[in-house]
Amino acid sequence: MTGFVDLRNVRLSYGQADDATLALDGLDMSIQEGEFAAVVGPSGCGKSTLMKLATGLINPQEGTVEVAHQEVSGPVSIAGMAFQNPSMLPWRSTLSNVMLPLEIVQPHRANLRREKAAYTQKAEELLKLVGLGGFGEKYPWQLSGGMQQRANLCRALIHDPALLMLDEPFGALDAFTREELWQVMRDLHAEKSFTVILVTHDLREAVYLADTVFVMSARPGKIIERREVSFPRPRSIDLIYEAEFNDIVHDLRALIAEARVAA
Amino acid sequence: MTTSRWITLAPWLWTIGLFLIWELAVKIFDLPVFILPAPTDIWAAIVKYWSPIWKNSVQTLFTTVAGFLLAVVGGLALGLAIGWSRAIYAGLYPLMIGFNSIPKVAVVPILVIWFGIGTIPAVLTAFLIAFFPIVVNVATGLATIEPEMEDVLRALGAKKLDIMLKVGIPRSMPYFFGSLKVAITLAFVGSVISETVAANSGIGHMMLAAQSQFNVPLVWAGLVALAVLGIVMYAIMAWLEIRMTGWAHRSSRS
Repeated sequence: MTGFVDLRNVRLSYGQADDATLALDGLDMSIQEGEFAAVVGPSGCGKSTLMKLATGLINPQEGTVEVAHQEVSGPVSIAGMAFQNPSMLPWRSTLSNVMLPLEIVQPHRANLRREKAAYTQKAEELLKLVGLGGFGEKYPWQLSGGMQQRANLCRALIHDPALLMLDEPFGALDAFTREELWQVMRDLHAEKSFTVILVTHDLREAVYLADTVFVMSARPGKIIERREVSFPRPRSIDLIYEAEFNDIVHDLRALIAEARVAA
Repeated sequence: MTTSRWITLAPWLWTIGLFLIWELAVKIFDLPVFILPAPTDIWAAIVKYWSPIWKNSVQTLFTTVAGFLLAVVGGLALGLAIGWSRAIYAGLYPLMIGFNSIPKVAVVPILVIWFGIGTIPAVLTAFLIAFFPIVVNVATGLATIEPEMEDVLRALGAKKLDIMLKVGIPRSMPYFFGSLKVAITLAFVGSVISETVAANSGIGHMMLAAQSQFNVPLVWAGLVALAVLGIVMYAIMAWLEIRMTGWAHRSSRS
């Protein structure tokens, strides 16, 4: 069975010949369309490399990467990305930051000038959906860290990507804001039903949000465990205090601890 | 009076204070005019020689601004080229460092051989001395794009030109406008150096002529004229900077 995102026997190393670092080796991973996948693992295991592979920013030295049933050889414009650093452009208003991808990706790029009003409305609706209604005219530095991260999610989603890549998007936020944004993310996924790959260090975040949690080994990274999380949706935030939830988190934690020792 | 009023007045108070101490020191130590003229002597010279000071100031201002504008165009172009490509950066940077290390006064005789004495060597010296900080600053702005931002855009299929236009160039603008303040004051240094070595007009030439006639107050009047021009042009650049890239100076506004 082939998935929406398929990585098969992927090997990738950085650097030249002798002092090359093997980042990923024999990595297999398959994610279905609409699935919310989380990737966890010890630090330095190549999680961010995985992100770059799936979006076509880098190509593997061995193995294949397929997204939407096509082999990836260059940047895939069906993906949206959000990182831990919101990296909003300070000279643009929040609304204009959110609309930045429309100035890059076709066919929006060609239509943007003509259908400016429709696109602006779409961006404003998206901002409202993440709880930033009415903040479009504010500049990023007038927003709190949590609000910037919400805007960052909007920017990643404005061109209706089929695949959303998140690299520790909530890592730098305080605990309360983080839980709020988990719920924002949960609702966005429920509403738009895109495929998500979430790279994170936070096991509770992974288990709360994901349908499937992939555990990676220490470098060179490969998938050592695929764990399905079958809690029914929509999931209440109270779920994270239930015993069954914590058992899964415990199991995953033990796996990662083992992977770290093995390194 | 509130602190903010004091801050507004501070530049004037300090300037007046400096001139007062200067005047007093000259009187107390009874310094002869050809060693150090008092501010009142300089003022008298400014009034007496107003017409030549004005004419020469206009000449110096013209050569400085002309050289500065060339430096803006050249510096911006070269800065963008260097920031664009690592190969151009690697190739040109050592050359530029070497070139910038040459004292510009040593270049003036060469310019005179090529263009004769007068306006053109002054403009070119101002250009040569002013363009370096602009190049370095523009290139720095381009070179420090956040890698995450670049990844986000590249994953969307953005070409290098897209990233430059949407992120790199707007990002380097605060560096660029900041460098204009440095560049304009350096441009004055360049044009006056050239006028002192090889010219028939300009403040530099006027000071040299006054010195040969032992008209020391007029020499000092020339320095004051340069300082005033420098402050005015700097203020214009600072205003332009805030005007064009206010987003980068938010902390100073709030």
